[in-house]
Amino acid sequence: MKQPSGKICTVISLMFIFILVYVAQNKLDAYLIRILNLGAMYVTLGVSLNLIYGFTGQFSLGHAGFMAIGAYVTALLVLPPYYKEVIFMLEPLAWPLNVIHTPFVVALIAGGVLSALAAFIIGVPVLRLKGDYLGIATLGFAEIIRIVLNNIPHITNGALGIKGIPEYTNLWWTMGIAIFTIYIVKGLISSSYGRALMAIRENEIAAEVMGVNLTYHKVMSFTISAFFAGVGGGLFACLLTTIDPKAFRFVMTYNILIVVVLGGLGSITGTVIAAFLYNFLLESLRPIEAGFNLGPMHFPPIPGLRMVTFSVLLLILILYKQKGLLGGFEFSWKWFFQSIKKVFKPKKTTEGSTL
Amino acid sequence: MEILNLDNITIKFGGLTAVKDFKLELQHGELVGLIGPNGAGKTTVFNMISGIYTPSTNKIYFQNRDITGMKPDRIAKLGIARTFQNVRLMDNLSVIDNVMIGFHLHLHSNLASAIFRFPGYVREEEGIYQKSIELLHKVDLEFNKEVQAGSLPYGQQRKLEIIRALATRPKLLLLDEPAAGMNPQETKELMGFIQKIRKDFDLTILLIEHDMKVVMGICERIIVLNYGQTIAEGNPAEIQHNPEVIKAYLGVEAQYA
Ligand SMILES: Nc1ncnc2c1ncn2[C@@H]1O[C@H](COP(=O)(O)OP(=O)(O)O)[C@@H](O)[C@H]1O
Ligand SMILES: [Mg+2]
Repeated sequence: MKQPSGKICTVISLMFIFILVYVAQNKLDAYLIRILNLGAMYVTLGVSLNLIYGFTGQFSLGHAGFMAIGAYVTALLVLPPYYKEVIFMLEPLAWPLNVIHTPFVVALIAGGVLSALAAFIIGVPVLRLKGDYLGIATLGFAEIIRIVLNNIPHITNGALGIKGIPEYTNLWWTMGIAIFTIYIVKGLISSSYGRALMAIRENEIAAEVMGVNLTYHKVMSFTISAFFAGVGGGLFACLLTTIDPKAFRFVMTYNILIVVVLGGLGSITGTVIAAFLYNFLLESLRPIEAGFNLGPMHFPPIPGLRMVTFSVLLLILILYKQKGLLGGFEFSWKWFFQSIKKVFKPKKTTEGSTL
Repeated sequence: MEILNLDNITIKFGGLTAVKDFKLELQHGELVGLIGPNGAGKTTVFNMISGIYTPSTNKIYFQNRDITGMKPDRIAKLGIARTFQNVRLMDNLSVIDNVMIGFHLHLHSNLASAIFRFPGYVREEEGIYQKSIELLHKVDLEFNKEVQAGSLPYGQQRKLEIIRALATRPKLLLLDEPAAGMNPQETKELMGFIQKIRKDFDLTILLIEHDMKVVMGICERIIVLNYGQTIAEGNPAEIQHNPEVIKAYLGVEAQYA
């Protein structure tokens, strides 16, 4: 059997996804659509974190900060001017933001670009740090973003946040952007530039001695990662329709981190699976948070129990399967067809002997 | 033609002077050995030449150009490559990727053409893939090209590291104990290999090695370091009979041998 070309397979599966999205968007109930939207949004967020953490080996905990930038930029650009006048109660929104009104796609890109710009500016000094120190510094950055958002009410409406953001985000957007993110990140990491990023992850000193410019590559990876985190933030704003600084606390980064570690550092396939799995599990665990009866025993409602459950799951995973569900495995058509062949092989050999 | 000049360099780590007033001039095409007991400062000299450390005083010249304080990647671009005493491969990457990383500094394609696989990029990538295979062929590793580098036997990892260094097309190659962990047969092959690449690639080589058969067998000139200072310099015969070297180093080696 001749193996079909990967490009054709990709096109066919994209068409398949296209139909699935069409059906889902039109036939599924709002609750399921929402979970799928969250799942696809986490694909974008997770793949972007995997780029800097899983593939480049730079422990960044700043994702919530980049998301926040993207979310606020997007929200401010898509809100109609008359509506902005209504909701900015603490202080009127500063010019020119009070008059600008752009289409969703422009707002998403602007959010991504601003987020990338922030990453570029802090990346140059901060990416000199290694390991835990880098984690702490990027975490600090995300907190600073949050505090700034709280304290510039003429731009962000302060702690009140922004409400009534148009609900533009639907499956077309979340899935489309997830696929675009995968396309770009996969293209990057399987290129010569990606090889350099992984070389840095594997052995920074050796990479540098081989002529890899550490600053350039780390900042490049960090900036691209932040771009997609910003776009993800824009999706988030137009999915929830309400944002405030509290939404971008460390828990947000932690959620994305769970997805990436669960799926496996350095595996895009793993991140994709984990992103959907995580959101479905999170929803299905909702009842235990609402309190439940188990035989004669009554469990009272405990808010946050889902996160506890997840943290325990993560702990178990890290203890027993350190490389995540998929380790460094990556889906490829070659692998796909070889597996199919393997499944059918036993039959074939017996048939072959009769010929 | 002078290729490298260490002009009385000194480096201190806190209170410790790891290398003191070290002087070394390498002529193009030379194969020079750097020996001495453990902790003498040999690897530190390599680290200074390759830009990982900067000398506390005085300067390093490569092809009459001051490279003191330059970053390692820039020094690599100028034409200095090295291997490490404790092999530093990209363990989770394939053997071929490890070699291709060596070609990194000769790549020209920009980021967009790499992500979107423009024809120019694809051609460039295929070119270095072929060259990498050719290099792997030299050490009989081409059939292991898809294997994870970290899973190779130690001796092969050392060879791969040399190949990776060659991929940068260096003018000066620094080898830090390349025979460590090799069996006698591999060591013998290594000696031949070093001499061969020196000729084929028109290299100047500086070699740190504890195996005296290797050092005495292939080096034309040997420098002996002890406590960060040069205690002797000369050809193999002179070094072997130098009483101070025997006292500080060779005597000790002989005891272990
Ligand atoms: N980064 C460093 N910080 C402190 N001391 C160092 C450092 N690098 C090397 N040294 C010290 O310098 C001395 C020389 O080490 P090294 O060059 O590795 O010796 P050799 O390679 O000859 O065995 C040793 O005493 C070592 O502990
Ligand atoms: Mg050493």
